[in-house]
Amino acid sequence: MNTFATKFSTTSAVGQLRKAQKLAAEEDEFSDAAWGSEAGFGNVAKGAPSFTVPAIPDPAAFLRLHTDDHADPSCRIKIQHGTTTLAFRFQGGVIVAVDSRATAGSYIASGTVKKVIEINPYLLGTMAGGAADCQYWETYLGMHCRLHELRNRERISVSAASKYLSNLVYSYKGMGLSMGTMICGWDKTGPAVFYVDSDGTRLKGDLFSVGSGSTFAYGVLDQGYHWDLTDAEAQELGRRSIYAAGHRDAFSGNTCNLYHVKEDGWHFIGNYDVSKMHYDGPGNVPGAPGHGYGYDIRVEGRSSANPPEASS
Amino acid sequence: MPDMVSIAQPIQQSFNPYTENGGTILAIAGADFSVIAGDTRQSEGYNIQTRYAPKVFRLTDKAVLAVNGFAADGNMFVKKVRQRLEWYRHAHAKDMPIRAIARLIQTMLYARRFFPYYVYNILGGIEEDGTGAVYSFDPVGSYEREACRAAGAAQSLVQPFLDNQIYFKNQTPAPGTSFPAHLPLQTVLSLVIDSFTSATERHIEVGDGLEIYVVVAKGSTSAQGLQNLRGVQELTATDDGERVFVVRRELKKD
Repeated sequence: MNTFATKFSTTSAVGQLRKAQKLAAEEDEFSDAAWGSEAGFGNVAKGAPSFTVPAIPDPAAFLRLHTDDHADPSCRIKIQHGTTTLAFRFQGGVIVAVDSRATAGSYIASGTVKKVIEINPYLLGTMAGGAADCQYWETYLGMHCRLHELRNRERISVSAASKYLSNLVYSYKGMGLSMGTMICGWDKTGPAVFYVDSDGTRLKGDLFSVGSGSTFAYGVLDQGYHWDLTDAEAQELGRRSIYAAGHRDAFSGNTCNLYHVKEDGWHFIGNYDVSKMHYDGPGNVPGAPGHGYGYDIRVEGRSSANPPEASS
Repeated sequence: MPDMVSIAQPIQQSFNPYTENGGTILAIAGADFSVIAGDTRQSEGYNIQTRYAPKVFRLTDKAVLAVNGFAADGNMFVKKVRQRLEWYRHAHAKDMPIRAIARLIQTMLYARRFFPYYVYNILGGIEEDGTGAVYSFDPVGSYEREACRAAGAAQSLVQPFLDNQIYFKNQTPAPGTSFPAHLPLQTVLSLVIDSFTSATERHIEVGDGLEIYVVVAKGSTSAQGLQNLRGVQELTATDDGERVFVVRRELKKD
């Protein structure tokens, strides 16, 4: 047989052997990361993470079938849902307030969820939708913000950070990611809030609320919002809005976590129990009204059903 | 000949690699110890496949992992976590700290975001500062450090009991007193045993056996009362100071 033809054939015995040798050589190039060097962060150092996908024609349909969407809570794999989150920009910086309830169907899976993700000392992200999606990708965003700092010797802008995230989730569009987040921070331009979601939407704005309780929060927020709010007034507005959502939305509640972003980075203001706020108010904190937020508490002894002592 | 009429309904084929194997797991963190427990029944539908399938696994002397949900996924996941911990040991000549194990578990679960492990994980153990820790995970890797957590078939029976007895939810302290921030080991062990005997009474997927792992911090006095407990066995493998014990008890088998 023509030796020239054998040399380049892919089906002959020699060709098969050559192919096998090439594969073996590739095996040798197996990265050290597998053996725990690179400080055990080999998977991170190599850049974009890789995902296992089921070997079927439509992986996204598989995921839809087995994980619970809002529409179908009967599925086996429950992803935590239900939330109220809000963030707004004002004269004194950015207020970020969230609830802490996680529901799986009608079961309250947790009442102590941290829905504010501390990306770095100047950036906060909020969590609505899939808890793991938000936690994982916002942590991942934090790594890239640090890399940006090291490469450019300056902090990343809120705009750039949020665009990094929106481009990232857009590349997974249709795969079943679920997140509605606000990226909040303070950069060269001052306080900034960006809304980013898993559809790929990215909006710059002064005031956002996301989640099942957002309509209730917006009601209070829009009523009380203006640019010149003092720090104490703004913090109180954030608390009061989350209380309203916790009170009226079954999928929100438990406690409110409040953050304030100022020029020197974010500050954790406090954790407030929604039931306590209903009966006693948020306690002795700046902006507190000194009484409970609850309607029935405020009208105690002032309505016809429950008249003041003098008239009864 | 009359036309053949097909009475068969169209069949939609789908890829269903998951099943639910029942059982319940539970973990409680104390001031300087952590208790991680699980029953040993494995079932599928109304059939009991085995009365002894462990769901709680010692990872290191400071970390214990409990897995619940789909047993095959759970066992494979524990195997892969242990492999990563071994690589870490070879690279760094020490055991991975528990907060790092927690983050590792998050990335390992999230790597399967589009083909999830159907597993609820609870990680218990001792933090580097010597405090007891419990981390709980959802199947795709969102996690949180907590003081106590129940997961699995009877979580809706056990968790409210724990909220009441550990966090003292809906209780008011007697005038002039306050509730303790952390409970002693003896009290926690009693709560765990009561949780499982009660869950066994009211849930068909819980029963047969109970395995309670106790991880005790370096120099803690909590370990003292433990040695003369019925059915206790020490599993400590290193001399780092943390000690791991397992207490095995029987649960009702009907």
